[in-house]
Amino acid sequence: MTVLHVVALAVVAVGGTTVVLVRDPVRQALAASVFGLALALLFFAFQAPDVAISQIVVATVAVPVMILLTLTKLRRDEDEERRR
Amino acid sequence: MRVRRRSAIALLALAALAAAVAWAATELTPFGTPSGPADAVVRTLVHERHAANTVNGVTYDLRGLDTLGEELILFVAALGSAVLLRHGRGERDAGERAEARPSGRTADALRAAGAALVGPLVVLGVYVVVHGHLSPGGGFQGGVILAAGLLLVYAAGQVAMLERVEPRALVEVAEASGALAFALVAIGGLVFAGAALANFLPFGTTGNLLSAGTIPVLSVAVGVEVTGAVALILTELLDQTLLAGSA
Repeated sequence: MTVLHVVALAVVAVGGTTVVLVRDPVRQALAASVFGLALALLFFAFQAPDVAISQIVVATVAVPVMILLTLTKLRRDEDEERRR
Repeated sequence: MRVRRRSAIALLALAALAAAVAWAATELTPFGTPSGPADAVVRTLVHERHAANTVNGVTYDLRGLDTLGEELILFVAALGSAVLLRHGRGERDAGERAEARPSGRTADALRAAGAALVGPLVVLGVYVVVHGHLSPGGGFQGGVILAAGLLLVYAAGQVAMLERVEPRALVEVAEASGALAFALVAIGGLVFAGAALANFLPFGTTGNLLSAGTIPVLSVAVGVEVTGAVALILTELLDQTLLAGSA
């Protein structure tokens, strides 16, 4: 257990709590992607580069983009409902 | 009152979980000292299969059948979301869809950054896919990087361009042929070595690009499949938002 491990674990703990406490879905998606990046750094620090690369591509690219696109779609549908 | 009781139960459960995890962590083996089964797996992969990256040696060789299952899960998931999302699509053609989003809305800086990053990202993706048996990475990670490269074309505001560099049919073919290639290698093992997904190709020299038998072949197959699957899901989602915007 080095300083790097302790810092990485602390950042992940704070990041995870932040994702839970943020209530706005758009902000939550962005918070989740930053949290995913912190998790990837944790995996690197704990000598798991393969998992870390998967974590980076999934948590910072695929998931936030899918969530944001879905939110855009849902909000537009709501707007249209209201207009009718 | 009910909320308070519920959070009390949740806190209690979380505290118990934290204690259990902390207790389990004290029993972990220290870094860099693989013992027992882990040591045997590393020896087999490095000395017999000539795979420098033992993680992919495990995923594409020792437990190749599980990976085949995982690959088919992604294949079916992408297919399912495409079917669901296409259900709501109107009868617009690609040209109208491209015009649905006004092109002036994207900031110049974002367009320039997106366009500049596409090339390097695609090269990185291909590198990660083909070096799966040598260095960290492999088909899945490289595939998502490649799909992200295609997404950058969209982020740069080139919706019309996206249709040209990433035709829908090509994405579907990539997804299907990647899955098919994996299944064919599995059958190849059955034919040439007597067991499904047995490593039947020559192993070569450890560290060479063409080594470790079927491991790099399967890595490329997964890379093509994942690129197609992720790109398909993202394009269908993009399609929905674009269509809704013009309605």
